[in-house]
Parts: sequence; structure tokens; C-alpha cells
Amino acid sequence: MVDSTSTLDQWEQSEYKYGFVTDIESDSLPPGLNEDVVRAISAKKNEPEFMLEWRLKAYRSWLKMVEPKWPNVTYPEIDFQKMVYYSAPKQDKDRPKSLDEVDPKLLETYTKLGIPLSEQKMLAGVAVDAVFDSVSVATTFKSKLAEMGIIFSSFSEAVQDHPELIQKWLGSVVPVTDNFYSALNSAVFSDGSFVYIPKGVRCPMELSTYFRINAMSTGQFERTLIVADEGASVSYLEGCTAPMRDENQLHAAVVELVALDNATIKYSTVQNWYPGDENGVGGIYNFVTKRGKCLGKNSHISWTQVETGSAITWKYPSCILQGDNSVGEFYSVALTNNYQQADTGSKMIHIGKNTRSTIISKGISAGHGQNTYRGGVTINKGADNARNFTQCDSMLIGSECGAHTFPYIEVKNKTAHMEHEATTSKIGEDQLFYCRQRGISMEDSVNMIVNGFCKEVFRELPMEFAVEAQKLLEVSLEGSVG
Amino acid sequence: MIEVQEQQNQLTPYIDQFERFEQDSELSPAHFLPIRKAAIARFAELGFPTNRDEDWRFTNVAPIANMVTSPASQRTAEVSPSDVSPFLYPELDGPLLVFVNGRYCASLSHTQSMPDGVRVLNLAEAISAGDPVIEEHLARHACYQDRAFAALNTALFEDGVVVHVSKGATPDKTIQVLFITSPESVATVAYPRVLVVADESSQVSIVESYASVGPGDYFVNSVTEVVAGANATVDICRVEHEGDNGFHIGSLHLHQYRSSRVQYHLMSLGGRLISHDVYALLDGEGIDCSLNGFYVVEGKQQVDNHLWVDHAKPHCDSREFFKGVLADQGRGVFCGRIIVREGAQKTDAKQTNQSLLLSDRAQIESNPQLEIFADDVKCTHGATIGQISEESMFYLQSRGLSKAAARNMLVYAFAAEVMATLKILPVKTKLEAELFSRLPRLETTSA
Repeated sequence: MVDSTSTLDQWEQSEYKYGFVTDIESDSLPPGLNEDVVRAISAKKNEPEFMLEWRLKAYRSWLKMVEPKWPNVTYPEIDFQKMVYYSAPKQDKDRPKSLDEVDPKLLETYTKLGIPLSEQKMLAGVAVDAVFDSVSVATTFKSKLAEMGIIFSSFSEAVQDHPELIQKWLGSVVPVTDNFYSALNSAVFSDGSFVYIPKGVRCPMELSTYFRINAMSTGQFERTLIVADEGASVSYLEGCTAPMRDENQLHAAVVELVALDNATIKYSTVQNWYPGDENGVGGIYNFVTKRGKCLGKNSHISWTQVETGSAITWKYPSCILQGDNSVGEFYSVALTNNYQQADTGSKMIHIGKNTRSTIISKGISAGHGQNTYRGGVTINKGADNARNFTQCDSMLIGSECGAHTFPYIEVKNKTAHMEHEATTSKIGEDQLFYCRQRGISMEDSVNMIVNGFCKEVFRELPMEFAVEAQKLLEVSLEGSVG
Repeated sequence: MIEVQEQQNQLTPYIDQFERFEQDSELSPAHFLPIRKAAIARFAELGFPTNRDEDWRFTNVAPIANMVTSPASQRTAEVSPSDVSPFLYPELDGPLLVFVNGRYCASLSHTQSMPDGVRVLNLAEAISAGDPVIEEHLARHACYQDRAFAALNTALFEDGVVVHVSKGATPDKTIQVLFITSPESVATVAYPRVLVVADESSQVSIVESYASVGPGDYFVNSVTEVVAGANATVDICRVEHEGDNGFHIGSLHLHQYRSSRVQYHLMSLGGRLISHDVYALLDGEGIDCSLNGFYVVEGKQQVDNHLWVDHAKPHCDSREFFKGVLADQGRGVFCGRIIVREGAQKTDAKQTNQSLLLSDRAQIESNPQLEIFADDVKCTHGATIGQISEESMFYLQSRGLSKAAARNMLVYAFAAEVMATLKILPVKTKLEAELFSRLPRLETTSA
């Protein structure tokens, strides 16, 4: 017990390793939100008329919406008029042509984060579209991808270069009126990533974007849109770290995926934003709308996420299985420690025939963490022979945490096969005992057991991420047994 | 504004009905009047639930809210022994209480074979007599503060049953209670109320049936409160046989103390809409609570089951096992929630919901939920939804069974698992026979 108590203390005190603020002057709009701010953002980004119209439509519908209160999380009221909706590094107007032109402070930030922007990147084979606050600073590997016809650029560039694609697909999965936070995002989003994979092309490398929140009290609203045309396939990585600070920050991103006939999209996330200190002060609010649409026949969308950061995580990566024989997958590990709260899960909406979906969710709660799985599986009338398998397991470490499961299952077709399983249990004492008596330290034993618990999900991650995720979990789990 | 007005209009007839209760000191003696007043005030505040309420998302109670109801009249003469006999179990020779339109009917009941240590009273008399059990328990367990229908019943019930088993009594006879509705030309509403108090180390088994004779619209709003004292054993089987135009919204409020064992069986076999809430509070260590349910829906029927099992103390076991067969345009809703409070260590909770869809127009919503605030617990839930397996059909047909017989056999086998949990043998036999006789009909309506 002495051992376990001390390790628990250690864990509670283990510091956020990526906390630092880069000091760069920001070209920010004054705090507050009104139509002028929306217009100003659009104007700053030199957007075509249709974008402004679209943003205004989103803003107007947002005004009519009420902030949702149903999630199983508590946080102080957010004052949307106190937030800054746009901030960009000074160099916005003359964008850097090469790495030399990039602000060295930025480069330093990336180095600290381990983003391979220099030579190493090439070796790692990762193209990075690094979003520093709201404006994308450098995009690598673009030319190589361009040869194959793949478009991988920041959202604002895509709006300039490929307005027809943006106009066609933006909002086609998450309409402006979808929900409170997605409407807000649609109105004020400053940047994000855009990916288009043309017909029959397999993207040769993992595409990756590191988002990073900087500049005090700037809510970050990214927008990601990935379109895989017929027969295309792509794997996209999203990873996040954020500086340490006391003020809560709202992050309301929207991710839209569209898969046409025979296309495959794999979207992996490692989320490690500042979770607040051990007393629950500070930390990021992560209210994200992620949705994929299997529009074409035999299309395939797979979400994999590892959530260890943020004070509050609230997101439900979903799949609309519209095309016949389409497949949706969701693999998730969510860890809450200290006073973190997570309300996360997935929605699978079966519309087409012979559609299949799998949901594997692993929740780990420790300290005072509250972890909620909330999922919805809907099998519509026409979805003959739809198949769903859902498994959500929760692990509890310590007696003050909570694990909750709220699945919603709705079936309107008799040929549907639907299975849902959930278990909740504490970390196995006999397993710990076994490891301990083999001379393995308490800490390592816990890590080993937790990694084993999450293995099903880690297996789905691309290699680089799998290693990172495992490390991340270990860091977050330091001294986890009470 | 129109909406608010409409809601007011729906509530007015019920609130008007209450006036009578305020004057009547028989129905509302001084000790009970404040509870009634609080309940009707709460109902007026809450109003009828709408689809915007989380628990009623899939259930439309507008037909009830819009139904112009008047309190059911006491037409006991028109209900004959032959009307009630299909819903009785003659093999059980214990006391029998029959209520017609919510009021006690002495001519159809017999209470002479009362076992020792058991008091079976009709509620109206017990209230006016000021029975101490009433003062201690009636409306003390039903959460009328946040459930509109429980509030409505608490404010307006007139009669019902009180079963009180004294300390250490273990009667060997099963008590039968039947609430029968005889619909009239206008829609009627009845508020049956049941209170079961099993004192320390006692044992009791009860069959609680709800049925109707003849067609016609009606609404039954029932509330059952069960208190299982320390080390008590309670077995309740509730059989619902409502008519095709009958709406039944009922709730069970179960309070269990240390080492008590409760088995509750909920058999929903008919009715246009049957909605049932179960609140089980496990308020002591070493409790065993088992809730089993089975339902069949066809036509445009709907069955809702909402369960809350609240593990407030450590070392308790709970089991929820619900199965449903949905044919034709039938709808089913299952919402189960296991709550494990902080400190309720060593909890072992299990929840299972399985549904068999026989028709393309049938619908099922299943929400098995867990809310856990303690770490040393074992909680699992599982939900499956499926159809009859082709392979099983093929196997049976290859053995020479007709297609219909094979299907019936498989549907029956699906149901048999829940039926097997019924401990009161005559009830089990009769319900199994009834299910068997209904199978061919389920088959044809779904084809």
C-alpha cells in the first residue's frame, strides 16, 4: 500500500510535459462575436462571396440555437462575447516561401513538439500542415502529393485555389444548422486542412496535421474536410498538444469526411491538450463535431482516437453509412485523470443495404476523472442486413472516479443484427499481484495492464501513432494505483 | 403560447378531479392530505411528458393527454365471475382481491383463506382507519416529485391493496390481486395503488394482474410501492393484459433493506401502450434484486420499460433480464440504468436486453446504461437485436418440421428463458400456454 500511495502521489503531481507559450505578437480581432466579426474574418482571409454567405447563414442559425446541456459534464458558463475569434501570426500577408522565412520561434515550438518540419520529416515520411493558431505556416510535401493530383493544403489556400471543391463538399456532412458548436465553428472558423484524393489514387504517405493552440484566450475553430473520390484511399493523422495555462479555452473543431464509391478514409487522432492541473484548474474544452459520410458503394470510414488531454472532451465521431455495403468503424481510448471529464462515443447511422459498423471503446478513469461513453446506433428501414457490433469497456482506477455508459440503439429493420456489450471493472488485483511478484514495479505493471486493455484500439493506429499513444498513456498513468 | 395553453387544457380535468379529494376526509385524512396536495401541485408543474423529455423520446403520450377522461364509475355489477376467470389462477388458493375500475369488489374477491401473519387490506379502508403501516410507508417511496404520472396517481388514487407481512411470517399461499377495467362509452381513467410491506425476515409472493373486459378507450395509471425489510423475500409477478384500446402507465417503487431478496417479473401481453417504470433502491448490504421482463407486441402496440437500479450500498447484486418479441407494427422501448453510488463497492450488476424482430415494420429502441462512481465493481450490460436465425430454421425444417412450426418453436424458445424465471408454477404454465396460442397470430400479422 505504501508503494501504491506514493506512486499515486507521483502521478497526481506528474506535470504536463508540453506546457510552454511561444511569445509572438498576434494580429487579433477584438473579443466578441457579431456579424461584423464574421465579415471581418471572411475579408481577412480574402474569401469568395459564397463563403461569406455560408458563414453568415451559420452565424444566424447559431443565434437561434441554445447551448446544449445534455452532456454528462460540468463546466462554468462560457461567455462567447469574451472570446477572440481571430488571431494570426504577424507574417500573414507575405507568407513564407521556405523554412528559412518561417519565424524561428515557431520552428522552435515545432522542434519542442517534435514535429518533423526539417530533414527528419522526410525520413519520417510525414507531410505536415502545421496550424499555428489560426493560419497555416508551412505545408510540406505538397509538391510531391500534387504530382499524384492529391490536394493537401490549409483550408484558406484551398478556398482560394479550389473554390469549386469547397463549395461542393463543405457542409455536406455537417450542415451549418447541425448543432450549437458546429454552427459557431462554421461562422468563425479561421483555418484548417483540406484533403482531396482523386479517383483511384492511394495516398502514398500518412497525412498529418499538428494543431496547436497559442495566444491567450483564443478559441480555436478548425475545419477539416477530407474528400476521397472513387476508389481513393487515405490515412490521416491528427495530433494535438497545447501550452500550459490557467485560462480555459474553448476548442470547437469540425471534421467532415466524404468517401465516394470504393473509397477508404482512415482518420486517427491523438489528443493531448492541456488537461488542467491536479485541482481541475484550467485546461482545454474540446467540443468537437466529427462526422464521416460513406456516400458511395463499398466505401469505408474508420475513426481511431486516443484521448488523454483536455479538461473536458465532448465528441462523437460518427459515420453515416449511406452507400450499400459501406463500413464504419470507431476505435477509441479515452483516459480521464484528476478532474478531467470526457463524454465521448460514436454514432453509426445505417441507411444503405449490407452496411456494417463496429464500435470499440475503452474508457479509463482515474483520480476524480469522469468518463462517459455515449453512443448511438440507428438502423433505418431500408438498411437490410445491417450489422453492428459495439463493445465498450471501462476501467476504474481509484475510488473517486466514475465511468458511465449511455448507449442508444434504434432498430427499424428486422434483418438487422445488433450486438452491444459493456463491462466496467477495476484494474485486476490478481493481474497486478502476478506482475508484482515477478519483480515488475507497480508502475510498469499498471502500464502493462492498461496497455493490454487498450490493445484492440492501438492495433488500429498507424505505427508512429501507436508508439506515441502508448507513451502518452504511460505518462498520463504515472502512479495510477491506489 | 398556444402550446402552453394547450398543456393547461390537458391538465385541467385532472386538477378539477382533485377538488373532490380535498373535501373528502375519508380519502384524504389529515395525515395524508399534505402529500396529495404536494403531488397534484407537482403534477400541475410537470405536466404530461413530451418527446422532448429524455425518458419519453420514443413514446408519445399525447393520446393520453388529449383523451377526455372521466373517473371510471363503479359498475361492478356488470363484471361477472366469468369475465374475470380468464385472468385468475384457480390453482392458487390464497386470498384474492378483485378491483373493478379501480375500486374494491367484494363479491368477486375472497379473503377468508388469509395465512397467519399476513394482513391484506383494501387501501380505502386502511387510509380512513389510519393504519400505522399507511402512515409509515404510503407515498413515502414513490418518487412523485419528478415523475408526472406517479404524482397524478398519488394525488388521485381512491383504492388499492395493502399487503403487510409481519416479522418472521412465511405464508405458503400466493396472494392474487386483479385490477379489471370495464370500459364505458366515454374514456375512463383509474388509479390503482398497491403497497406491499414485508417486515424483517418475512416472505411473501403476489400475483398482480391488470386486465379489461370489453372494448373502449381507457387509461390506467398505477403505482406499486414495495418495501422489503431486512432479510425479507418478496416475489411479485405482474401480468398486464390490457385491452386493445387501453393505455397503462405504471410504476414500481422498490425499497430494499439489508440482505433482502426481491424477484419482480413483468409480463406485458397486451394494451395499446404499456409503459412501466421500475425504481429499485438497494439500501443495505447483501441485497439481491432481480428484475425480469417479457413482452409481446403486435398490431400498433407499444411497450416501454424504464428501469433504474440504484446501488446505494456495497455488496449488492442486481440482475435485469428483459426480452421482447415484436411483430407487425409493434414498438418496444427499453431503457435500463444501473447507478452505482460512491462507496458502493463489490457491486455486481448485470443487465440484459434481447429483442426479436419478426416484422420489417416493428421497431425497437434499446438504451442499456451504466452510471458508476465506485471502482471495485463488476457491471456488465448487453443488448442484442436480431431475427430468427436462418440456420436454426433450416435445421428444424430438415428434421421434418413445417416452416410455421419451426418458427413458432424458435420464438417460443426465445421466450422460454424468461418464462423459466417465474417461480409461481400456475402462472408460468398459464402464460406459456397463452404465448403458444398467440404464436400463429404473430406469424401471420408479420408475414
